[in-house]
Amino acid sequence: MTPKRKQRMTIALLIVFGTALIVGLVMYALKQNINLFYSTTQIVKGEAPKDARIRVGGMVLKGSLQRDPNSLHVSFLVTDTAENVKVEYTGILPDLFREGQGIIAQGKLDTQGVFQADEVLAKHDENYMPPEIAESMKNAKPTTEAKP
Amino acid sequence: MGYFANFSDFINMGGHALYVWLSYGITLVIFGYNLLAIWLKKRAFFTFAKRQLKREQRNYDA
Amino acid sequence: MNIKMPKWFYQLASPKWSYDIMGMLMPWFGLAALLLLVTGIVWGLMFAPPDYQQGNSYRIIYIHVPSAILAQSCFMLMAVAGIIGMVWKMKVAHIVAKSAAPIGASMTIIALSTGAIWGKPTWGAWWVWDARLTSMLILLFLYLGIIALYSAFSNKASGDQAASILTLVGVVNIPIIKYSVEWWNTLHQPASFTLTKKPAMPPEMWVPLLIMVLGYYCFFAYVLMARTRIELLEREHKSGWVTALLTDTP
Repeated sequence: MTPKRKQRMTIALLIVFGTALIVGLVMYALKQNINLFYSTTQIVKGEAPKDARIRVGGMVLKGSLQRDPNSLHVSFLVTDTAENVKVEYTGILPDLFREGQGIIAQGKLDTQGVFQADEVLAKHDENYMPPEIAESMKNAKPTTEAKP
Repeated sequence: MGYFANFSDFINMGGHALYVWLSYGITLVIFGYNLLAIWLKKRAFFTFAKRQLKREQRNYDA
Repeated sequence: MNIKMPKWFYQLASPKWSYDIMGMLMPWFGLAALLLLVTGIVWGLMFAPPDYQQGNSYRIIYIHVPSAILAQSCFMLMAVAGIIGMVWKMKVAHIVAKSAAPIGASMTIIALSTGAIWGKPTWGAWWVWDARLTSMLILLFLYLGIIALYSAFSNKASGDQAASILTLVGVVNIPIIKYSVEWWNTLHQPASFTLTKKPAMPPEMWVPLLIMVLGYYCFFAYVLMARTRIELLEREHKSGWVTALLTDTP
């Protein structure tokens, strides 16, 4: 490469790495704000703001779902396997909502530490499986029920 | 019909017809647009260039 | 440090050579794209089994994942072409980058819209402002900005320069898109299909997906070469080889 080209290459690389450095620092500073939701451990530890609308994410604890027979009101425990948070919600749940499934709920923590959700979204993992294989896996290895 | 028992099952997509066919439709339209854009761009260039060439030839002849 | 580039690298700088070689390769990529895409779509829509949780709505994966991959690959290609164009003052490299931008934008639009449609039945929402979805939306705006810059200057060389700089600035977004699902809590799940790991699905599901990804790449190559060739003609229309080409073809 000629000296002129080397100089232009240096400028090009400076643009790339300079931007990367700036953006990296900004993202590091905003780390918590970029997260879509708080984990249940963060909420139990009090790391989430109290009076703001926040999102909590985790797994619906098996055996914790309670449906009100007369309304659309449901309550369930969300867990990240270390800590649980109780969520109350009135409304239609997404198709993929079930016990053992990942969910994200949006709402506010009330004074009792119960999360009053106004929106519940289902989060699914990256695994895809035909129904027959899922069925045979379930039969081969009975799932252990977690205690609340 | 592969996995599906019959044609109407296939169209129905287990109740998710709207979502599946809408996404495939959008994709098809955008792919089609990309091909159409090539053709239009090509036509525009050749119309322009041929006219230009004719004009130059006329100037040369005159 | 003294890097010597291979001969074909300098041949690429010749517009006529590039025009001819692309004209030769194009039909093969077009044919491969057609075969792969038809096979992949029929396989994915009709023969692949449904997912145990999502049922048949997961079939959107066969158009969603390849478009998201292409949207990012296309930007990387534009960044590399932009550097070559800037450093070696190679006009052909800029023309390739310029021709790629609208295709990349199309792929991003496909990824975003099919993702939104898939999100509704699966997550329960068309859109959430999580890191993956937001960084993908930023990618679309980058593409639109780059396209605008190319046409904003009456002097082509200034447009090339400005658009290349925006591409180099924007390329930082590519690792952010890729790792967003690992660095932050997002609603979007991690990748099911990567170069480095075993796919998180059985072969009867991922083989058609692989075919679709290859098909998208071939389609991209076909459209890119076609656009690049016309752009080459436009910029070179005063040179001898284009005039010869025009007088040869009726």
